[in-house]
Amino acid sequence: MKTHTIVLNVNREIHMVTVRSADTLLYVLRSKLGLTGAKPGCLNGDCGACTVNVDGWPMKSCLMLAVEAVGKKITTIEGLKDTPIQQAFVENFAFQCGYCTPGFIMNCHSLIEQHPDADDEKIREWLESNICRCTGYEEIKNAIKSVLNKD
Amino acid sequence: MLSFDFDYYKPVTLKEAVQLLETLEQQEKKTMVFSGGTELITLGRIDLSITEAVIDIKDIQECRVMGLNEKNLVLGSALSLTKIEKANLFPLLTKVSSEIADHTARGKITLGGNICAKIFYREAVLPFLLTDSQVIIAGAKGIKVLSIHDIFHEELQLEKGDILLQLETEKSFLGSPFLCIKRRQQWNSGYPLITICALKVGNEIRVAISGFCPFPFRSKVVEEILNNDRLSLEERINTVIEVLPGPILNDVEGSSKYRVFVLKNLLREIMMSLKVEV
Amino acid sequence: MKVIGKSVIRKEAFDKVNGRALYTNDYHSVSMLSAKLVISPYGHARIISIEYKDALNMPGVRAILTGAHLPLTGESLRDRPPLAYDKVRYHGEAIAMVVADTPSQAKNAADRITIQYELLPVVNSPTEAFQPGTILVHPKLGDYVKEQDMNPVPGTNIASHVKIRKGNIEEGWKESETTVEASFSFAPSDHVAMETRCSIAEISPDGNVHIMTSSQAPFMVKQLIAAYFHEDLGKIIVTTPLVGGAYGGKASVQLELLAYLASKAVGGKPVKILNTREEDILTSPCHIGLDAKIKFGADQNGMLKAAEIQYLWDGGAYSDKAADMTRAAAADCTGPYHIDNVWCDSYCMYTNHPYAAPFRGFSHSELSFAIERTLNLLAEKLKIDPLELRRQNAILPGNTTPTQVLLNKSSVGNLPKCIDRLKELIQWEEGQVVEVSDRTIRAKGISCSWKTSTIEANAPSGVILTFNRDGSINLMSGVIEIGTGTKTVLAQILAERLKMDVDKIHVRMEVDTQTTPEHWKTVASRGTFMAGKALLEAAEDVIKQIKEVASPVLRAEKNDLEVANSRVFLKDNPSIGVDFKDIVYGYQFPNGNSIGGQIIGRGNYILRRISRMNPETGEGRPGPEWTVGAYGVEVEFDKIDYTYRLLRAVSVIDIGTVLNEKAAKGQVMGAMSIGLAFAGRETFYFDEFGRVLNPQLRTYRPLRYGENPEYLVDFVLTPQLDAPYGARGVGEHGLLGMPGALGNALSTAAGVSLHHLPLTPELIWRTKGGEENAFL
Repeated sequence: MKTHTIVLNVNREIHMVTVRSADTLLYVLRSKLGLTGAKPGCLNGDCGACTVNVDGWPMKSCLMLAVEAVGKKITTIEGLKDTPIQQAFVENFAFQCGYCTPGFIMNCHSLIEQHPDADDEKIREWLESNICRCTGYEEIKNAIKSVLNKD
Repeated sequence: MLSFDFDYYKPVTLKEAVQLLETLEQQEKKTMVFSGGTELITLGRIDLSITEAVIDIKDIQECRVMGLNEKNLVLGSALSLTKIEKANLFPLLTKVSSEIADHTARGKITLGGNICAKIFYREAVLPFLLTDSQVIIAGAKGIKVLSIHDIFHEELQLEKGDILLQLETEKSFLGSPFLCIKRRQQWNSGYPLITICALKVGNEIRVAISGFCPFPFRSKVVEEILNNDRLSLEERINTVIEVLPGPILNDVEGSSKYRVFVLKNLLREIMMSLKVEV
Repeated sequence: MKVIGKSVIRKEAFDKVNGRALYTNDYHSVSMLSAKLVISPYGHARIISIEYKDALNMPGVRAILTGAHLPLTGESLRDRPPLAYDKVRYHGEAIAMVVADTPSQAKNAADRITIQYELLPVVNSPTEAFQPGTILVHPKLGDYVKEQDMNPVPGTNIASHVKIRKGNIEEGWKESETTVEASFSFAPSDHVAMETRCSIAEISPDGNVHIMTSSQAPFMVKQLIAAYFHEDLGKIIVTTPLVGGAYGGKASVQLELLAYLASKAVGGKPVKILNTREEDILTSPCHIGLDAKIKFGADQNGMLKAAEIQYLWDGGAYSDKAADMTRAAAADCTGPYHIDNVWCDSYCMYTNHPYAAPFRGFSHSELSFAIERTLNLLAEKLKIDPLELRRQNAILPGNTTPTQVLLNKSSVGNLPKCIDRLKELIQWEEGQVVEVSDRTIRAKGISCSWKTSTIEANAPSGVILTFNRDGSINLMSGVIEIGTGTKTVLAQILAERLKMDVDKIHVRMEVDTQTTPEHWKTVASRGTFMAGKALLEAAEDVIKQIKEVASPVLRAEKNDLEVANSRVFLKDNPSIGVDFKDIVYGYQFPNGNSIGGQIIGRGNYILRRISRMNPETGEGRPGPEWTVGAYGVEVEFDKIDYTYRLLRAVSVIDIGTVLNEKAAKGQVMGAMSIGLAFAGRETFYFDEFGRVLNPQLRTYRPLRYGENPEYLVDFVLTPQLDAPYGARGVGEHGLLGMPGALGNALSTAAGVSLHHLPLTPELIWRTKGGEENAFL
C-alpha cells in the first residue's frame, strides 16, 4: 500500500490521517495536523530542529515515517505547557531567533525525563544532536542545568 | 520527505517477512528491508536511494532480542543504537556506537541498519569483526549462521531474500580490554576521519578500522605486524602502513596523506594505552 | 535608568518556547502551490538544451519556467538572471522552476527535466580570476546597468574596484625600518541560518503582489520587484514574520523574485518556494571568500607607518552585495590602527563559485584575519609583545581612518581600554604558551577589530506609536526580528523615555511594507541606532501631543507637565494628573464634550553627513561611528597530532551603553560562536568543476553543543553622543576578532605561520610540512 489511513496519538489526542508511505512524521505533523512547532531545518536528521518526543525519547521527526509512528505516543512542543524547561529557556535567554528552540526544548525535556540526574557529559551527549546558530550554547547550558539541578 | 511512492509492510513474524520478501522479489519489485530507515529517508530525498516496497522488520521479535545466553551475547538487528548503549552489555560496542551520528539520531538508527549502510563507515561492525562474531541471517531456505569473516567483506554480502537477524558474540570477549578512538576532521562532530577499534585478547592486539578506506576492515596481516615482537613500535607502525588495503580515502574530511599521519598516531596511542609489549 | 540595561525578557519569548512563533514556511493554505528548482550540477557550463515536455505532463504540474526573456537583476549591478540563461556560472545556480500542486509533485517533475551542458573552464579562486587573460565569467560586463558607486572593469573579472590612497605610501616605506608581507586566503562558506529561506507570492486580480518572505530586507524586495518587473511600488506588499536566523544571508533578494515569477506563471495563485538545506547552501547566496596580500611597515619603535593591502574578494558568479562588501572592506582596510600612509586595492572578483550575500561583520572578520595575522608576524620581527604592538598603534580620537575621516571621542570607541581589559581577562601576563603535559600546551592569541556600517547614505528608519484604550502602547517599526531582540530593546528605550512599565508596550513583530514604516534593511547592527533614533522622535511626538491635550484639562502650561507611569501630571504636584487611558483617545469632560482624539506618534531618522567615497582616493565618510573591540582565544593544543580544543574566548567591546545586558551578551557570544566555527571548521570544498562537495549539515558543520569554549564577554562604555542612550551597534562585533585570534593562538602553539581558514589540524600538519614528509 502506498497510502494508509492511520491513527496517531499526538499530544494525548487521537488523530486519524491519510498519509503516503513516504511521508515523514514531520511532514504529517506540520501539513496534516497543523502542528508547525517542529521545524524543518535539513530534512536529513542533521540539525534537530524537528525533534519531538516519541514514547519518552527524542526523535528527529524528519527521520521517521508517519506510518512508523502508529501505536506510539508522540509529544510535540505544542504538547508542553508551562514546563520548567520552557521557563528556563525564557529566563536564561537560551534562544534568539527561536527556530531551533522547539527541537532543543523537546530534546531537553526528554533528557530531563530519562535522566533527571544527568551530568555534564550526559547533557553534552544529548544536546549535541541539535544545532543552534544564534547562541553560543552557553545560555542553553544554563537553562538545562537550572532545571536538572532543581530536581 | 520522499517524493517517490512505495508500499510499506510491517510484518510481525519472521516467516511473514521472509515470504513477503520472496513474493515481492518474484514480482520484481525493488524492495528494501527497513529497520531504522534513516538511510532510505536521507538518501532517498536526494535521489541516491529509491525503492518500490519497504519491509519494516522492527516488530519482528527475533530482530529485537538483546541478551546473554550460555555462551553468547545476542543482539537483534533492529535494536536502536541507543538501546544497545543503554544496556551496555558489550562495552566496546557501546563506545563505538556512542560516537555514531548523534544521540537523537541513534534512537532511530539500528544495529543492522548501520552495518548494512550504503554510507561506507559502518562503524558498528568493527566490534563484531574484532570478536569473530557470528551473523545470523534468515532467508527463503531458513536460518543461516555464518562467521562474520565469511560474510562481511567491505560490506555485508547478503543474498537476495536475506534478512539480517542477529549478531552473536562470544561472552568471553565482552570483558577484554579495548580502546576505540574516533578522530574527526575537527572537534567532536561529523563523520570519522578515522575510527579505530582495538581489542586485546591475551597478549595479542586486534584492530579494525573505518574511515581510512571506503569500507571498514580488520586485517590479519596488520595484526601480525602489530604483534610482531621482533620489531620496534615504530617499525611495526611503518610496516603496517605499507600493507594496509587501498584505496585510502581522499575527501573533504581529509587527504589520504593526512589520514596516514593520523592513523600512525592512533596506532601509537593504541599500542601504548593497551600496553602491547614492544 | 530604570529599564535601560535590564535583561528584559524578549517580547516574543513565550511564543518561541511554546511552538507558537510563526515563520514564513509555517504559513500554508490548501490552495498554495509549490515551486521546485532545477539547479546546475556544474560550476561553469553552457546550457545546450532544456527538455521539459515530459515534466510538464506529470501529475499536478501547473507551470515550468526557464530563464529566457527574464530581466537581469542585481542590487548594484544588473548581472544576474533570476534563472540561468545560456550559461550557468556556479554550482547550484537555478536553471528551471516547476510549479505544482504539492512539493512531491514539483520535485518529481523537476527530476524529469533533462538539461544538456557543455562544460566550460572554471574560475576557481579570486586569484585565478585576477590573472590577465583568464576565462571571463561575464564577457558582457561592460553592457550591464550599474549604480553610481560600482566600478567594474570590462574585459576582466573585476566586478568592482575600490581604491584607498591615503598619505604618501612612498614616504611611509621610507619611514619604515621593518616591513612584513604576507598572503592569506580562504574559500567561501555559508551562513547556515536554521530556517532555510522561504518565500510565498500571490498576485491578486487587482494587481496587488503579495509576498511573504524570510528576509532582512522586505522593503528592498518591494523596491527591486518594482524596478525589475515594472510593477507599481504601492501594489507590492511584502510581509515578513519572525525570521529564523539570518546573519546577513537574508539581506539579499533572491528567492522572492522566483516566488513572484512562479505565481505570475500560474495566474497569480499563491506559490511557496522553500529551500532545501542543500539549495540554501548552494543556490542562495553564501558567505564571501578572500585572497589577501598585506604589507605593513613600522619604525624602530613599532609605530605603523605604511600599509599596502590587496583584497581579492571571492564575490562568486554575481556581484550582488559582494561589491558593497568590497567597499566596506576598503573603508576599514587597516583594522583599528592609526596609519598615515595607506594604499589599498579592494576588488570584487567574479569566480565560478556561489555568489556572496552579506555575512555578519560585512567583510570585517575576513579582512581582520589577514590584518591580525600580519600584525603578529610584525610583532615577531620587531620582538615586541603583540598586545603592546596593538595597543601602541590603536586608533584614537584625533586620528584619521583610511577614508580620511577625522575621529572624535563619540565617533570611535576606546580601543586601548578594550585591550587593557582583554589583557586581564585572558591572563596575558601568564604567557602566550603554557605547558600542560608532555604533549599538550595551552596557547593564546589576540586580535582587535573595528567596524563602521557602510549602509546607504540616505537609509531611512521610521516608527509609529499607537495607543490602546487602556493606555498601553503599540510600537511599529520596520526592523525585522531576526533573533537579535532589537524590538524588545526598542520597547525598553520607549519605556525609559516615557518612564513607563515596559510590559505596557506591545511590539508588532511582523512587518508588512504597506502599513509598517520603512526600516531600510535589518542589517549592519543598525537596528537599535536608527530605529531607536526614530523611536525617540516618536516618543517626543507622543509626549507633545499628550501634553497639548492635557494642558487645558489640567489647566496648566504644557511646560509644567510631566509624563511618567502612563500618566500626565503636574511636575510640582503629581497627584494632579490624568491617566493615559483617559486621554490618549481624547479627553471627555463630565458633560460628554471631548477634545483631543486618538494620539498617534511618529518619528523618523535618516543617516546624516554620510558621503560617497572618492573613486580615486577613497576619501569620504562611509558610516557614522566605529565600534571597536579586542579579542582573545585560548586553545589546548596537542603537539603530536595538532588537534586542539577551544578553551576560552574573550571579547571586550566598546558598546557605549548596555541596553539589555543578557541580550547584548547573547549577541556577542553568538557572534563569537559563528566566528570560531568559521575560523576553525566551516568552508566550502570545491572540486575542479567548481562543485561544492559539502552542501549538507553533516559535511558542512556548524559548532555543536560542547564544542564551544567558555565565553568571557565584557564591555567598555564610551557613549556615542548621538545614539539612543549612547549605545553603539554590537550585533556583529563578537565575530570580527575570532578568526584572527584563533589564527594567532594556533600559529603560536604550532610554531608555524598559518595563512588559511579553516584552521583544521590538517592545515596545521600541512603547514608544518607534513605532506612533504609523508610517504605513501
